[in-house]
Amino acid sequence: MDLLTVFQILDSTIRLATPLLLACLAGLFSERAGVFDIGLEGKMLIAAFFSAAIAYTTGNVWLGLLAGVAASMVFALIHAIASITFRGDQLISGVAINFLAAGLTVLIAQDWFAQGGRTPSLSGDGRFEPITFPGADELRSGFRQARADDLEPSGLSALYWDVISGHTILVYVAILAVPLTWWILFRTRFGLRLRAVGENPGAVDTAGISVVRLRYAAVLICGLLTGLAGAYLATGFNAGFTKDMTAGRGFIALAALIFAKWRPFYALGACLLFGLLQAVEGRFQSIGLFGFEIPSQFMQALPYILTVVILAGFVGKAIPPRAGGAPYVKER
Amino acid sequence: MPKWADVLLVPLLNLVLALIVSGAVVAYIGENPFDAMRIMVNGAVGSAYGWGYTLFYATNFIFTGLAVAVAFHARLFNIGGEGQAALGGLGVAIVALALPWPHWSLALIACTVSAAAFGAAWAFLPAILQAKRGSHIVITTIMFNFIAAALLNYLLVGPLQGAGMSPETARFPEGAHLPTAYDMASWLGFNRSAPLNVAFLVALAACVAVWFLIWRTRLGYEIRAYGHSEPAAVYAGIDPVRITVIAMLISGGLAGMMAVNAVQGEAERLVLDPVQGAGFIGIAVALMGRSHPFGVLLAAILFGILYQGGAELEFETSVPREMVVVIQALVILFTGALDNMVRDPVGKAFLRFRRAADQSGPKAGTPAE
Repeated sequence: MDLLTVFQILDSTIRLATPLLLACLAGLFSERAGVFDIGLEGKMLIAAFFSAAIAYTTGNVWLGLLAGVAASMVFALIHAIASITFRGDQLISGVAINFLAAGLTVLIAQDWFAQGGRTPSLSGDGRFEPITFPGADELRSGFRQARADDLEPSGLSALYWDVISGHTILVYVAILAVPLTWWILFRTRFGLRLRAVGENPGAVDTAGISVVRLRYAAVLICGLLTGLAGAYLATGFNAGFTKDMTAGRGFIALAALIFAKWRPFYALGACLLFGLLQAVEGRFQSIGLFGFEIPSQFMQALPYILTVVILAGFVGKAIPPRAGGAPYVKER
Repeated sequence: MPKWADVLLVPLLNLVLALIVSGAVVAYIGENPFDAMRIMVNGAVGSAYGWGYTLFYATNFIFTGLAVAVAFHARLFNIGGEGQAALGGLGVAIVALALPWPHWSLALIACTVSAAAFGAAWAFLPAILQAKRGSHIVITTIMFNFIAAALLNYLLVGPLQGAGMSPETARFPEGAHLPTAYDMASWLGFNRSAPLNVAFLVALAACVAVWFLIWRTRLGYEIRAYGHSEPAAVYAGIDPVRITVIAMLISGGLAGMMAVNAVQGEAERLVLDPVQGAGFIGIAVALMGRSHPFGVLLAAILFGILYQGGAELEFETSVPREMVVVIQALVILFTGALDNMVRDPVGKAFLRFRRAADQSGPKAGTPAE
């Protein structure tokens, strides 16, 4: 495996990690405020569909992004109404949201485009184009020229022109969202209150702050971020919506969230790790390691297995926010 | 609120709300919702042909619904029915392919036991992790669903693959084939193609068995007590680890038994996705059925009607099959998550009604102030 292959794998790692990261940070906001969310998958899916559909019909990817985020936030609002206002079971609400998205996307896609539950392919302004950093093209052509001249270049420059440069804007947004999330949660008053409401809502209420309003805010931020994740899948990563295109990414994001112990920078690490697993699995059919042949299905299952191991608490215990999953009932 | 309102009126109102929203969706796609409803009901229960499919689907949902219901009684949310049923399919395939079975009844017993054992085994690890290490069972069972899918994927393109190129096992031997509704009751008009089979009777027996277990045995009492209040149960000498594990083993076993119907009864081989979402429908079924076996039976038949009706709907109109998924989602949303939206006003209405009745009853003769 030469350096160039390593960089190519890292490049696809970043692409694959982006939707996971956005969804993972989304779950972070919601769960830190005490609202469990297993509906990340559904919100990503509905956002993916509406961003692709609107980007196709208007020819403008930004309008598509807006529509995707709006759709995702509507679903987040349903989750909030069910689990905060009506104190319903947060897990059951999440399950319902996943199914609602799985059904509605195909239904509406078939009604609008009649292509068997998908949108037509996006092109031109209907997609997010890669952003090329200054000098990246020169370095790339320099590398190609050197290779053509049999100079055997090291390929180290690919770290810049392949791994760092050349992604769509949402990739950079996702990475910038990590420090931003950390800052909001750990350096602002809103963040302090949000974390408090996930640990001890009674105390927050006693201090005269609305638990309901804080939780609504957290769930809507979650909807915004899953919206970006879904829009990235349909308009950046792929060119258009296909049935069930999230393919369990919402659940991998959930796994990453637990793996990261509900912390933003750990979340970045966990998502990059799971992205790397997907990138490796996508590139090789099977991997020989220490004389054993590891089947690709094992690589697929690895994020889930790792999460169970972490949950079991044998390797660093993951402790969720204390008030997570419980609706808050104000004492009267 | 009287009991009949709790177990009948509120779920019914929830269902009506779900159907109204579904109807709106159908209307949006440009079909008449009442026509759609008529096509679905007609297609599902209007003929012996329809019943042959409706009850087949219902059989799957009875098993997965009971699985979720038993776990609910211990206040555990087993969302892993999908994976447990897939493993049940593996159990069925291994046993069915192991011997040239002389008679279907022997194969049925052996496959049922194996399916239940495999399903239960797949629930064991999440259960023990929940009981001993406090790992959230919802998350672990979700993870186990994905691990099960990867495992089946590996086995069906590897060690267990049949002669063909497709990812499935060889066809089960003749002796392991279960009698279908046509074999048993062709006089009722069942079609040769109807997948309904003898596993339906096993599902009915499972309903009775679960009812007996939950309300007539000591273990069932312990499960319910634990579900109502863990501290009270512990105080009464009930071991939470034991109850969690046993409830999950029973739940996983029931989910696994679904494979007797879907894998042994219909497909007669193990395919990549033998469960087809039935594990998740079990959640809706258990919620609608209020975790009571009879309620689960009724809800399972309702979802059977939806499934078969959905297929007919796709056949006759422009409404895709996914309409069923939307209805299912709305049923889960309204009966499960938005329950209080209906329950609170209904409860208040009953309270007001009773107060009004109290005032106009015994005090009727007193003069107005």
